[in-house]
Amino acid sequence: MDTKKELVVPRIENGTVIDHIPTEVVYQVAHILGLEKYEDEVLIGNYLSSQKFIRKGIIKVKNKYFTKEELSKISLVAPMASIINIKNYEVVEKLEAEIPDHIENFIKCMNPMCITNHEKIATKFDVVDKENLKLRCHYCEKFTTKETIRFCE
Amino acid sequence: MSTLKGRNLISITDFSKDEYIEVLDIAEEFEKNPKQKILSDKVVATLFFEPSTRTRLSFESAANQLGARIIGFSDPGGTSVQKGESLHDTIVMVSSYADLIVMRNPKEGSSRYASEVSTVPVINAGDGANQHPTQCMLDLYSIRKTQGRLDNLNIACVGDLKYGRTVHSLVQAMCNFNATFHLVSPQELKLPSSVKMSVKNAGLKYYQYTDIKDVIPVADIIYMTRVQRERFPDPLEYERVKDSCILTASMLKGCKDNMRVLHPLPRVNEITVDVDKTPYAYYFRQAQNGVYVRQALMAAILGVR
Ligand SMILES: [Zn+2]
Repeated sequence: MDTKKELVVPRIENGTVIDHIPTEVVYQVAHILGLEKYEDEVLIGNYLSSQKFIRKGIIKVKNKYFTKEELSKISLVAPMASIINIKNYEVVEKLEAEIPDHIENFIKCMNPMCITNHEKIATKFDVVDKENLKLRCHYCEKFTTKETIRFCE
Repeated sequence: MSTLKGRNLISITDFSKDEYIEVLDIAEEFEKNPKQKILSDKVVATLFFEPSTRTRLSFESAANQLGARIIGFSDPGGTSVQKGESLHDTIVMVSSYADLIVMRNPKEGSSRYASEVSTVPVINAGDGANQHPTQCMLDLYSIRKTQGRLDNLNIACVGDLKYGRTVHSLVQAMCNFNATFHLVSPQELKLPSSVKMSVKNAGLKYYQYTDIKDVIPVADIIYMTRVQRERFPDPLEYERVKDSCILTASMLKGCKDNMRVLHPLPRVNEITVDVDKTPYAYYFRQAQNGVYVRQALMAAILGVR
């Protein structure tokens, strides 16, 4: 256990640790998970020393375990992050943020002429390239990429 | 019974190669005998959320000749759509009145969505810049009709290859038939890399040119499209390149005897009128073929072929 980082970001009894988040997306991860509105302890650390990255971010969320959909959201902005489920201060599960093959509901299509931006329709995408993050809209067939990705409010 | 019964046609990739061929075979039958009252107990809805007289008349003529009754609108003015009704509600309502919906809508992906909401099959008659699959099917029909086959042809595509969705669909469809592609366009309007990828992934070849003269001796089909002035940020650039994608009768001297010129129409000046009288002009017949192909699609989808 890396005691140095534990000094910066305290341990939690029960909940989830999202570790190895690139520094530039830490607050975006918190945002897409809706943690601004989460009514329990959330600990955010950024620019911490790590071995995997030169500097990294970490988010600890007390008394919360993420759903599959929430994990896919994390994977899209921080594909290298690890998700650690904690119970009674012990690590019970370690997951990688894995980009799914299909994504529904939470991403906006980048095409302003797409029907999903004009009617109340849940978006659907096929992930055609995980490495470069390229999503094909099920409706308009246009590609949304890392550069154009936006999350539904 | 055909695998096409009850199916939607939204995107050209919705049908397999065998299914394309099946539609073309049925269309050939309707070309010989277009007036058959086989849909006299059917109602076809044509919902045009933007006007497109050419496409709508072709569908309605096709449905009429098969005896179907037609309901719908030719533009949304004065309908509940204009009063703000959602596409969802319009489609749910119409699918209780009709056996088949033909829809054109400027929003991309609207036809796919309609097909998910509708209880009856939907044919996409154009969803903005996305897909217009019946145009592609009539292009395939015209190619087969004029060449006697679809396989191993040299297909030249000329003009705006970047924004021209008919070209994208045609190239993708012809990837099923071992075509070689000759792509003529101004630098600014080259075929998108995603479409070129489809050609490469099919193990086929494409060649790029900037002057139409270079493809005339090799082409079996010259598929012309319009180059629009608005596509050029610099008007001088348009002036410089506009003639490189114009076909005139005198240019056709060295072409193959079997070569035919296609164009999705309407044309502006990219094919000069002196081409019309040559044996190579096929674009007006091509438009007429649209009726047979649409008859074939409606008959197959409604399960009477
Ligand atoms: Zn879309």
